[in-house]
Amino acid sequence: MADQPTQRGRVRPAPEHFLTEADIAEVKDGRRDFLRKAFLTASAAMAAPAIVRAEDGDPNILTLPPWTTSLGQPVAARPYGLPSQYEKGLQRRESPGLTRMSQVSVAFTPLQGLFGIITPSGLHFERHHQGWSDIDPSKHRLMVHGTDDGFVKQPKVYTVDDILRLPPVSRMHFIECGANTGMEWGNVAVPTVQYSHGMLSCSEFTGVPLRLILEDCGIDWKKAKYVLAEGADGSSMTRTIPIELVQSDEVLVAYGQNGEMLRPENGYPLRLVVPGVQGVSWVKWLRRIEVGDKPWATKDEAIHYIDLMPDGQHRQYTSTQECKSVITTPSGGQILLDKGFYNISGLAWSGRGKVKQVDVSTDGGINWRRARIEGPVNSKCLTRFNIDWVWDGKPAILQSRAMDETGYVQPSYGQLRAVRGTKSIYHNNAIQSWKVAESGEVSNVQVL
Amino acid sequence: MSRFSKSLTRVAMIALAACATGALADGKYAGVGRAAKPAEIHAWDIDVRPDFKGLRPGSGSVDQGQETWEAKCASCHGSFGESNEVHTPLIGGTTKDDVKTGHVLSLVKGDAPQRSAIMKVATVSTLFDYINRAMPLTTPKSLTNDEVYGLVAYLLNLAEIVPGDFVLSDKNIAEAQARMPNRNGMTTNHGMWPGAPASKGGIGNGGKPDVKNTACMSNCKTEVKVGSLLPVYAETAHGNLAEQNRPVGPVRGKDTSGKAPAEVKPAAQSDNAAATKLANDNGCMACHGVANKIVGPGYNEVAARYKGQADAEAKLAAKVRAGGQGAWGAIPMPPQSQLKDEDIRRLVKWIMSGAKAQ
Repeated sequence: MADQPTQRGRVRPAPEHFLTEADIAEVKDGRRDFLRKAFLTASAAMAAPAIVRAEDGDPNILTLPPWTTSLGQPVAARPYGLPSQYEKGLQRRESPGLTRMSQVSVAFTPLQGLFGIITPSGLHFERHHQGWSDIDPSKHRLMVHGTDDGFVKQPKVYTVDDILRLPPVSRMHFIECGANTGMEWGNVAVPTVQYSHGMLSCSEFTGVPLRLILEDCGIDWKKAKYVLAEGADGSSMTRTIPIELVQSDEVLVAYGQNGEMLRPENGYPLRLVVPGVQGVSWVKWLRRIEVGDKPWATKDEAIHYIDLMPDGQHRQYTSTQECKSVITTPSGGQILLDKGFYNISGLAWSGRGKVKQVDVSTDGGINWRRARIEGPVNSKCLTRFNIDWVWDGKPAILQSRAMDETGYVQPSYGQLRAVRGTKSIYHNNAIQSWKVAESGEVSNVQVL
Repeated sequence: MSRFSKSLTRVAMIALAACATGALADGKYAGVGRAAKPAEIHAWDIDVRPDFKGLRPGSGSVDQGQETWEAKCASCHGSFGESNEVHTPLIGGTTKDDVKTGHVLSLVKGDAPQRSAIMKVATVSTLFDYINRAMPLTTPKSLTNDEVYGLVAYLLNLAEIVPGDFVLSDKNIAEAQARMPNRNGMTTNHGMWPGAPASKGGIGNGGKPDVKNTACMSNCKTEVKVGSLLPVYAETAHGNLAEQNRPVGPVRGKDTSGKAPAEVKPAAQSDNAAATKLANDNGCMACHGVANKIVGPGYNEVAARYKGQADAEAKLAAKVRAGGQGAWGAIPMPPQSQLKDEDIRRLVKWIMSGAKAQ
């Protein structure tokens, strides 16, 4: 390889422009510690004004830091980028004691540190029923057929190659587990918004409307009432989806998430996107769609994901995620550093459409002010809100209350429990309260 | 006939013609997808509906079910489906009276400490479908059709729904359905189904919400009633909140570590850490504690028993690989055939050396 021609067009290395003849001679002689020496000399020079006095100003300004006075790292040092080392606190986390096996568990999104409406893919919440696998996309198949002959004219098998050839759409939607905030039905149970509301994420999904695929198979829209979606994981999780959502073009067979392929934890290579509906219906690792005329009462719609009412009946097929909001900062487990100005920021969403308005109270719900809604405002998508607040150092209770375009207003705990009791586990969309103490400590409380 | 269905008919006719040659006709999306073969649909279409559509013929007795149960299910769910160790109980909380009424009385009275699966499920098809597609947890889809019939029969017998000499089959499963203790315990009268309402042949009330609030802006109430505060134990149960927040910004996370800062030292990935990960990843920790028994013995208990035996590691490795029963109690440990030999060796070494996390 030594006789390989010299690459043309390269920028020439620079040392001869600032090194002395002696330095260059050292390099040529193989005494290559010159750089270290040079650095030490430079450091000594910089350390000279170490007698920076506090009254002169901030040492972070008066003493130049190493990143301002040295060469940084090269491009592609990390071919797949990572967050700053200082951001390592913001990770997906399990809630201790919630489940007994991490394969059948939940990891929550750190909403307390996120901005805007898009959840970074690496922080998207996880919920697996039987563990996750990194599926080889060349071996993955999507099968479409009917419960009987006649629901589709031609049952078909699609490869991932096939699905990626079809005309795609990209849409931003929230996904929320039906059990989000489920630990809080009876009383306060968890300290931070990560654990109270972190089974919530929002991405730009890219995929093919399921309608196109079903039409490609010759679906009989008159006969079809429901589809069953099934995953390729060990649980082969199944859920019943109403045909009307498919016909409306909202349901997607997605492969893209925030510009790249889905993450394995989120269903790589194919998942169903069912906007406005609880996450369990967004079947990951999607391998099969069956078209039929009756719901299936699968395990996750007959034993789990059923809502116990005070009269002892369980509500079955509860799917829509109703309008909800939460203040993400300041929020539980945080401490305000001082009195004075704060931006109260949070998220609002509705499974029935767009968020129309968000009101914020700092006195536990006696008086409310209209928050600023930040764009874009999309249907069935997270919406960011902000509002100014000057903390006077006195105790306060912060709340947000969202209204969606249907006019539905997010209820209080008292209103929700009056109808649904405290044991339903699923679909808790009550107004969240954060108490600010005089110390600046913020904690989770429930206001009725 | 609409233009749409005409074109569909045309697609179908071409498709039929093309199927003979083994290729699918080109519809709107020429060259995309292919016809599914009957054997392929048969392989994947395993779902069973409440009306038993999809149920494949077969049978299994309560006794046969019990045998399969002891070998493959009891390690997690307990011999009688009652275990609360690894998963919530499957059986318990229903009565013979519930079998008559189809309503689980303890749900109505609200006095049940916990809800077992049999208290909730209204449809026997759900039990069959789920066991068949997803159980056992570490080796799903390994049961035969008749084994699934037997297991469902055994569970129904545990819940006193069918007698001990019952043989469940596709012919009599409807009789079992008619005795399910919570068969009348489901309602779809709610506003949270996003499809057609019951009045149009679908589910629910068409999206009408059950709870109503108004967007009152001032003097909305006279007092603030705080119903619940964070319990003290819950504040520290989620680790150090200071480390779960950004180190810059308008707020910081509260230090709930109970320690002075800067005591935290980063751990290197040791052999112990690697083995711990292996044990977590393979679900070992669901049944075995480090020091204590959960379903199976604690690792330290195992190490103590085998200590000093020259062939301890080989013996233990064989047990992990093939499963075992009797050494620690009646509940068998299922075979861990998914593990590589080198991983089994690593786990066994780790167990014998004290099963330390780091």
